[in-house]
Amino acid sequence: MVRAVESNETTASRRRRSLALLGMVAAAWAGLATVAEAQLNITITEGRERAVPIAVVPFGWQGSGAPAFDVAGVVSSDLGSSGRFAPLAPRDMVSRPTQASQVNFQDWRVLDADYLVIGTLNEDAPDSFTATFQLFDVLRGESLTGFRLQSGRADLRKAAHRISDMIFQELTGIPGVFSTQIAYISEERRPDNTKLFRLIVSDADGENAQRVAESMQPLLSPAWSPDARRLAYVSFEGGNSGVYVQTLRTGTRERVSGRTGVNSSPTFSPDGRMLALTLSRDAGNLDIHTLDLSTQVLRQLTTDEAIDSEASWAPDGRSIYFMSDRAGGPQVYRVGTEAGQRAQRISFEGVYNARPRLSPDGNLIAVVNGENNRYHIGVVEVANGRLTVLTPNGRFDESPSFAPNGVQIIYATKENGRGVLASVSTDGRIKTQIASVAGDVREPVWGPFPRP
Amino acid sequence: MKSSLLILLAAATLSVVACNRGNTVPDDTGLGAGAVGPDDGASTRGQNDGGGISVSPLEAERQRLMSQLVVYFDYDTADILPEFNALLQAHGQFLAQSPNTQIRLEGHADERGSREYNIGLGERRAQAVRRVLMLQGAGGSQLTTVSYGEERPAQTGSDDEAWRLNRRVELVYR
Repeated sequence: MVRAVESNETTASRRRRSLALLGMVAAAWAGLATVAEAQLNITITEGRERAVPIAVVPFGWQGSGAPAFDVAGVVSSDLGSSGRFAPLAPRDMVSRPTQASQVNFQDWRVLDADYLVIGTLNEDAPDSFTATFQLFDVLRGESLTGFRLQSGRADLRKAAHRISDMIFQELTGIPGVFSTQIAYISEERRPDNTKLFRLIVSDADGENAQRVAESMQPLLSPAWSPDARRLAYVSFEGGNSGVYVQTLRTGTRERVSGRTGVNSSPTFSPDGRMLALTLSRDAGNLDIHTLDLSTQVLRQLTTDEAIDSEASWAPDGRSIYFMSDRAGGPQVYRVGTEAGQRAQRISFEGVYNARPRLSPDGNLIAVVNGENNRYHIGVVEVANGRLTVLTPNGRFDESPSFAPNGVQIIYATKENGRGVLASVSTDGRIKTQIASVAGDVREPVWGPFPRP
Repeated sequence: MKSSLLILLAAATLSVVACNRGNTVPDDTGLGAGAVGPDDGASTRGQNDGGGISVSPLEAERQRLMSQLVVYFDYDTADILPEFNALLQAHGQFLAQSPNTQIRLEGHADERGSREYNIGLGERRAQAVRRVLMLQGAGGSQLTTVSYGEERPAQTGSDDEAWRLNRRVELVYR
């Protein structure tokens, strides 16, 4: 649990935000079955040149022994991983203020830092800490924002991510996603040549990775519930594909579809009550269906003999975008969720546009775009069908998933034969690579903002 | 491997034709059209009133075909390639003859493209094999399909050879 309160130099308007924040952090991620997993490191591969220089000074420590946590290290790493900021290395800092009264803006102007973050971490009681931070505009020499966050020891990392979110929003106007989580699949080949498939949930920066499911048979297509409390996924345990829904807090899960044939590609409706999924049933023909999770009512939305799969809900829940190869190669289509609606083709550029995923505002569709046997991440504009390829140098790019703030897409690709995760900004300018320490990783899906 | 098999088959057929031209072998095995004769028997026979010939493999060839349990596909298609017709014919006829035998058709795709599309492609391939087996007389209840898409490659690697080996349907007898 992290509690945030504003520090006394901020304004009344910010007080409202801090209250909202209190609600948000109440949804603190907790209770995952915990086994530490291979962790991920993020490096910016493109777009660094336009990053805004910012100095995050190591926080002052008031407590017993060594500092309980390197808050500034996490904040600096978060801001850097977004590609929009270039944090200064602490060794280059000529002074290390921890309070506003100690700040000499000239120190930071000579280092070309546009912004400055300072703070302290206080140990109030054995398991109670207060992190305080302030953000300054160096050129204008004024304070932009400041907050105080309280948490237990186990949640200091979350508190640091919260600070990153607040700084990011203050400086870009875009909500930060540092407090969100991602889910992905890892595959490990063991010495006896068997394979182990794992479903992993980690913080958005790859830290704090926990395995939530593990199988000798393939796991694929994880999908978050809108409240971030459940994951749907496909498991081949038992010899055929089945769609499962697992509650993260408890680890309990339920097989919601184990019908004859293909049971695959689940995604939650925006209200969390339905799943869209792909079933082939007895006829062996893959079609989009919806399943009401409380009543078990199944509704078939497409009937074409083509492969219809990879459903993605529009934010209003009234239509579903999906991939179909009814016109030859895979393209994106849209169908209404009421019965008996006709599907309409959405993507026309290129011969292969698969795995559509709607942006949070519903205006863009991330796709896997194939051309001459090379597969890239692209975005299709819903309004006019125009395709923009974001990763033209990709060969094996797949599984795009929007960050909940809509400005970044995480996806899977290959490097030296290994599955790795990468991200690209929606405008294509910033690219990052998220390299795991061990194993093949793939199918990243970005979780929603935490909700109360 | 496949082409050498074809050559063998063709050679066997030619020699059979040479020895037994016009000598129709009765279908004493109860296997239906194009069925296999006894080990030592020749097995060409006229079709109806001479409207062509149908070719059946020798028993040794039949066993060789029966021991082949993988059908491969071209990229992004589920069309059965001609070189697998004999293999599927042999399995289909065996299933028709053994109605209690169950077979599981496991469809796979190579790693390229989207994973769920590849699940679809694997299912489409498994269904294509299923249809051919049923044309040979196998019953629908003997055949189950599962698609693994690209999730269970036979060969790791990202090159043409690995991809070729991964685009497949495996016939798994139970």
